[in-house]
Amino acid sequence: MITSLIDEELKKDLREQGVVVTTLQEVYNWGRRNSLWPLQFGLACCAIEMIAAAASRYDLARFGGEVFRPSPRQADLMIVAGTVTKKMAPQVVRLYNQMPDPKYVIAMGACAISGGPFKQGYNVLKGIDRYVPVDIYIPGCPPRPEALLQGFIELQHKIDHQKLSGPGKASFLNADTPSEYPVPAFGAHDLEPPANPDVFHPPKIERE
Amino acid sequence: MSKTIPDPYLYLVVAVGVAVVFPLIPLALAWLWRRCFQPPKPGPDKNASYECGIESLGEARVQFKSQYYLFCIIFLVFDVEAVFLLPFAVAFTRLPVGAFVAILIFILLLLEGLVWAWCKGGLDWTK
Repeated sequence: MITSLIDEELKKDLREQGVVVTTLQEVYNWGRRNSLWPLQFGLACCAIEMIAAAASRYDLARFGGEVFRPSPRQADLMIVAGTVTKKMAPQVVRLYNQMPDPKYVIAMGACAISGGPFKQGYNVLKGIDRYVPVDIYIPGCPPRPEALLQGFIELQHKIDHQKLSGPGKASFLNADTPSEYPVPAFGAHDLEPPANPDVFHPPKIERE
Repeated sequence: MSKTIPDPYLYLVVAVGVAVVFPLIPLALAWLWRRCFQPPKPGPDKNASYECGIESLGEARVQFKSQYYLFCIIFLVFDVEAVFLLPFAVAFTRLPVGAFVAILIFILLLLEGLVWAWCKGGLDWTK
């Protein structure tokens, strides 16, 4: 059946005897996590590391992520690799909106996470998670290709645990979860709005 | 003993049938999957025709000015004629009279175009 009706222990025992029992959900997630197609999209120096990760030395193809798509219509994963300027942010959000569900976002590097070394600058977005939901954050300036690979594998684990049905099913399968988020406008002083309150939940800092 | 030989076109019919069914199966599965699990989520950005992140500006149907016909004629005169002149020059000594006259008419026609473009002011740099 779709979700696991079969007992996990029985499944394990059967597998030891050479009988493979699986669920539709497992096959679905297996297929999705092993053919994640990233959007071919680099913003700054992190993109160089992303290119290195995709090339032969680090070889993202080992994990099924080498098919960088030049069109958001064909991509599952957006690797925000680099500094997102305020001029670029509306385009990034629009590209995210144009990707079909299910879609995932990796914020690669300090700039994509929080603005990084340019956080105090007037023209840099202080983290792409202000406008789109981010699944994996990879710290570093820039993160090495190994770090990107680890982030990629973490995302695969996340996909592996997404449920097709039942109470804890993946959010993209709910009809009322939005697939598009409002695109900020490039205003005179800042992006308008400066963050999307539905998406952006910064940690509250407790001060004594 | 006669062995019935199947019609050679039978294989073709089978192949056509397979060719039709083969892409239909994954399409039907994808359709079923969408019906069962994946709610459709269309939106203004997703349905936009442009996919580079920039909003499209203006009309897709752009008209070129009709004055460009002069460039077209001059291109024909200088470029297409040169393409024909080269083999003409190479084969010049072995050509029969008919071919010589035909190519002469061709060159004259294009020369007429050149004269015409010249009179129209198509060879002037600026106006």
